[in-house]
Amino acid sequence: MSDRIEVLKTYKTYVGGKFPRSESGKTYPIKDASGSVIANACRCTRKDVRDAMLPARSAFGDWSGRSGYNRGQILYRIAEMLEGRKEQFIKELELGGMKAKAAAEEVNLSIDRLVYFAGWTDKYPQVFGTINPVASQHFNFTAPEPTGVVAIISTDESPLLSIVSQVAPVIAGGNSCVVLASETNPLVVVSFGEVLNSSDVPGGVVNILTGFRDEMLDHLTKHMDVNAVFNSIDNQETRKLIDLNASISVKRVHHYPVDSWFDEKHENPYLILEFQESKTTWHPAGV
Amino acid sequence: MTQSTKEKSQNGEVKPTSPNSDLKLDFNSFWSYSDAPESSGHIKLKEKYDLFINGEFVAGKKGRMMNTINPSTEKPLAEFTEATSEDVDAAVKSARKAYEKTWSKLSGKERGKYIYRLARMIQEHAKDLAIIESMDGGKPIRESRDVDVPLAAAYFFYYAGWADKLDYAFPGRKADPVGVCGQIIPWNFPLLMLSWKIAPALAAGNTVVLKPAETTPLTALKFAEICQDAGLPDGVVNIVTGAGPTGAAIVDHPDVDKIAFTGSTEVGKIIQKSLAGTEKKFTLELGGKGPNIVFEDAPIDQAVEGIINSIFFNQGHVCCAGSRLLVQEGISDKLLKKLKERMETLIVGDPLDKNTDIGAINSKMQYDKINEYLEIGVNEGATIHQSSVDIPENGYFCKPTLFTDVGQSNRIVQEEIFGPVLTIQTFRTPEEAIDKANNTPFGLAGGIWTDKGSKIFKVSQKIRSGVVWANTFNKFDPTSPFGGYKESGMGREGGLHGLYPYVNLK
Amino acid sequence: MNTEQQPNFNSTVSIDKVGVEERVSRLNKRSIKNESKMQALKLALSMIDLTTLEGKDSEGKVIQLCSKARTPYAPMPDLPSVAAVCVYPSMVKTAKNALKGTSINVASVATAFPSGMASHQVKLEDTKFAVDAGADEIDMVISRGEFLKGNYNFVYDEIASIKEACGDAHLKVILETGELETYENVRKASDIAMYAGADFIKTSTGKISPAATQPVTLVMLEAIRDYYQATGKMIGMKPAGGIRKAKQALQYLVLVKETLGASWLSPEWFRFGASSLTNDLLMQIVKQETGVYQSSNYFSND
Repeated sequence: MSDRIEVLKTYKTYVGGKFPRSESGKTYPIKDASGSVIANACRCTRKDVRDAMLPARSAFGDWSGRSGYNRGQILYRIAEMLEGRKEQFIKELELGGMKAKAAAEEVNLSIDRLVYFAGWTDKYPQVFGTINPVASQHFNFTAPEPTGVVAIISTDESPLLSIVSQVAPVIAGGNSCVVLASETNPLVVVSFGEVLNSSDVPGGVVNILTGFRDEMLDHLTKHMDVNAVFNSIDNQETRKLIDLNASISVKRVHHYPVDSWFDEKHENPYLILEFQESKTTWHPAGV
Repeated sequence: MTQSTKEKSQNGEVKPTSPNSDLKLDFNSFWSYSDAPESSGHIKLKEKYDLFINGEFVAGKKGRMMNTINPSTEKPLAEFTEATSEDVDAAVKSARKAYEKTWSKLSGKERGKYIYRLARMIQEHAKDLAIIESMDGGKPIRESRDVDVPLAAAYFFYYAGWADKLDYAFPGRKADPVGVCGQIIPWNFPLLMLSWKIAPALAAGNTVVLKPAETTPLTALKFAEICQDAGLPDGVVNIVTGAGPTGAAIVDHPDVDKIAFTGSTEVGKIIQKSLAGTEKKFTLELGGKGPNIVFEDAPIDQAVEGIINSIFFNQGHVCCAGSRLLVQEGISDKLLKKLKERMETLIVGDPLDKNTDIGAINSKMQYDKINEYLEIGVNEGATIHQSSVDIPENGYFCKPTLFTDVGQSNRIVQEEIFGPVLTIQTFRTPEEAIDKANNTPFGLAGGIWTDKGSKIFKVSQKIRSGVVWANTFNKFDPTSPFGGYKESGMGREGGLHGLYPYVNLK
Repeated sequence: MNTEQQPNFNSTVSIDKVGVEERVSRLNKRSIKNESKMQALKLALSMIDLTTLEGKDSEGKVIQLCSKARTPYAPMPDLPSVAAVCVYPSMVKTAKNALKGTSINVASVATAFPSGMASHQVKLEDTKFAVDAGADEIDMVISRGEFLKGNYNFVYDEIASIKEACGDAHLKVILETGELETYENVRKASDIAMYAGADFIKTSTGKISPAATQPVTLVMLEAIRDYYQATGKMIGMKPAGGIRKAKQALQYLVLVKETLGASWLSPEWFRFGASSLTNDLLMQIVKQETGVYQSSNYFSND
C-alpha cells in the first residue's frame, strides 16, 4: 500500500497558452525549507523572453478588444478555478516553507482579489473616463485604453498573491503581460498558469517565465515591444536598471514596493489606471 | 503681401470671363489684400532680461547672456540670461521655500483666486502677449491672437477652479501636492505650454521652476511680470531662461519632486534616462507623426480644410500635427486636386500681418532641418509639390509642401519633420489604414474623416494615440486631456486627467 | 444640358456643419484695408441687385429706386452703377423704361414668388409675363415642399421648364435656404439647380429668416466650383437678404475670392440681393476718400 511511487510534477513555463520548457533546456532546483530539492524549475533566459513577447503582443489585440463584461467573467472564472484547486496551491505554498495557515490565507486572498478585480473590468472606464465640456461645437470624451504589453516583476514573498495582485489589475484593464515569477518559489506560479489556461484566458494574455531575474530582467525591460513595467522588487539597483531600460523606448514604469501583499490597500482601481492610456476623442456636433 | 496688379477696370466693372482651359481656379490675378500689419511700435521689450527668482528679476550668477531673434527678420529682439546650475539651485530653493512657507499653507480657495487673477491678467495683456509671441516665435498673429493667448488664459481659468475642489477629483483618495515642479517647455507654443504646465501645478498646490525654450523666452518673462503684478507670493513661480544645460540642471536637481517636459522624443528619452533610479515623478509630452485618415465618404471640403489645419497650423511646428495623410484610393485624385487648390490661397509671410496664414519657421536650426528633409524626400524618390506663393527674401520661411509617391519606409514618412510638410499615402480598406496609421513608434494624435458614425467609433478605438480628432483636427480645450501613447510620451495635460501628474494620492 | 455627367441627386454630398462654419469664421478674419478695401467697396457696389419686393410697391417707388441704381451717389459720379434692379413682374415695364440707356439689368422674381405654391402653368405664365415685359433676368423659387419630400425630379424638371420659358433671359434659382435648413440640402438643391440649367443660384427670397448666411453661401460657392470643374461651365452666385453692412459685403467677397477665385469677382458672376447695403457701401467709400465718418442723413434713401 505504501509502496506506491508518487508521480512527480514537471514544472514548465506558461507561454502563449502552452507549457514549453525553457529554450536552453536548463533548469534550477527548487528547495524546501529544509533544503531538499522538491522540483526543478525552468531556468529561462534571453531567448525565452523573446519567445514570450511574441504571443503577448499578438494576444493584446483580441484581449484589449474584449468587452469589460467578458474580461470580468474570465477573471471571475480564474477565481472559480483557483477555488477548486485550493488544496493543491496550499500544499505547494507549504512546500515552499509557508505555514499551513498562512498558505491557506494566501490562497483565499488570491481568490478574493481576483473576484475584486473581476468586478472592476466594466466599471473603471466609468470612474476614470470623462466627458469634457469643451467650449466649441464639439462632443469630446476621454476613455482609458490599455497600454499594451506589460512586463511584470513579482516578488519572492507571497509568490501566488504577488502574481495575482499584479496580473489581475493589468489584465482586468485589457493588457497582456509577461511575468517574471518568484525566483525562490516559482512552482505555485507555474501552477497558476495551469489555472489560467483552464479559465478561458486566451493564450498569450499572461505569459509566465521562471528562472533567475538577473538573466531575464535586462532583456525583458529593454525589449522594444514592452510598453510598461510593473515592478515590485524593492531594490535600488533593480529599479535603476528598469528605469534606464525603459527610457530607450519611453516605457511606463510603475515601481510598486510592497511590505505585505496581504494589505487591503492593494485592492484599488488606481492599480488598473497605472496601465491605461487616456484617449480623447473629438467630434463636431451639428446637423 | 503684394498689391493687386491687374485691376480689371477702374470702376470695378468687369467683362465676362470664360473658363480657362484646364479649369484651374485663379486666386491671384484680381483683388489681393493690402498689407495689414498689427502695430508693434508700442511693445516695450527690455534690452536685457534677468531671471525671475523668488518674485524678482535677478541677474544670473555668471552673467552669461543669450540672444533671442525675430525669425521673420533675423534681427535680435532682446538679450536674456543663461541660467547656470547655481541659478537653477536658487530658483529651486525659492520654490521650495514658497511651497513650505506660503503656498501649501494657503487654502485651495485662496490659491484658486490667485490663479484666476493670472487668467484675467493674461486676458488684459492679450494683445501685447500675442504680438510678442509672433515676434519672438514667428507664428502668425491670427493664431497667437485667436489661439495661443486666449487658450493660455482659458487653461488658467479652468485650473483655478480646481484648486478648492481637489477632494472631488480622485474618487476615494485625497490629493496632496507633489512639491516643487521643474517644467521645461518648447518653442512652438511658448505661452500656451507655460499655461498647460503652470496652471495645473499651482492648482494642485505645487510651486514651479519653469524654463522656456531658448528661441522663445519672451512671453514667459512677460508672464513673470504678470505674476509680480498679480501679487503672487514670491517663489511660487520661478522662470529661468537658458538652453539644454539649464534644462538639465532642473532635471538633475535633487530637490525637484516632479519634472514635466514637452519637447522632442530624443530629449524626452534623455530626461527619462537621467531620472532613472530617482523618486521624481515625471510626465513627458513628446513628438509625433500623426496619421490623418480620409475615407471616401468624408465630407470632403471640410476634410481639405482639416488637412490644411492639421499640417500648416503654426508652420507645422505642432507635435500632434497630422503629418501623414492617408487617403482612400477612390478619392485620392479628387482630394489632392482640392488640397493643392486650397494651398494656393495660403498666405506665407510677415507673422504680424493679420492675413498671414503661415509665418516664419521658428529658428535657423529648424529651417535647416526642414530643408534637409525636403532634400531627403526628393532623394527618396517622392514627388514634391509646393504652392506658388511668394515668400519673403529675409527671414526663415518655407512654402507649404506636399509629398506624394511616398512609401511607409521613407524617412519623411517615419520621422517627425516639425514643419509645413505633408506626406500623402493611399489605402484601400479600413484595416490597411489602421495598420499604416499605427505603424510608427509615435502615438500622439490622429484624424479620421468619414460621414459614418460607426466607422468613426471603430477606427478611433483602433488608432493607438492619445487624441483622435474625428472630422476635425488640431482642436484644444482646457477641459480636454492631451498626451501620447508609446514614444509620444506619458501622462496627460488638460482636463481632470491633467491634475493627476501634479498630485500624490493618499 | 449634359445629362451624362449629372449626379444622382438621391445621394448626398456629405457636409460637416461645424467645419463649414469654422472655415467661414477663419475667412472672416481676413483684414481688408486701404486700396484693397476701396477696390472691394466699389466692386460690391457694382454687384448689387437693388431690390424692392413689397406688396405696397408702386411705379413711383420703382422709378426712384432706378434713379438710385443709375447714380448711387451724385457727388461721386464716377462710382459704378449697380448691376440690376430687382422687382415683381408687374413692375418690370416701369423699371425697364426708367433704366433705358443704361447697362443696368432688370431682374424680376417669378414663379409665384416667394412661396412658389402655384400650379406649373401659373409659374410658366408668370415667367413669360416678366420676360415679355423686358426682364433681363428671372429670379425663380424652387418648390421647397417637393424638395423636402425627396421629389428631386420634380424640382429639376420645374427648373428646366422655367429655364426654357426664360428664353434669352438669365435664370437665377432661389433655393430659399432658410427652409432647407441643412447644408447638405443646400448643396443638393444647388446641384439640382445647376444641372437643370440655372445661370445663377441664389440663397433666399428675403421673406424667410434666416435669409443669406455666409456658411450657406460658402456651401453654394463650393457647389459652383465643383460644377465648374466637372462641366467647364461657370455659374453665378447671389446671396440675398440680410446683407446690410459694407463689412458683411467684404466678407462675402473674401469667400468668393478664396473659393472660386478672381474670375467670379465681377457682377457677371456674383450679385448681392440687397437694398440698404448700397448706402452703407457709399458711406464707407466716402469715408475712405475723405477720412471722415459719415452720417446717413447725407445719403438718399430710395
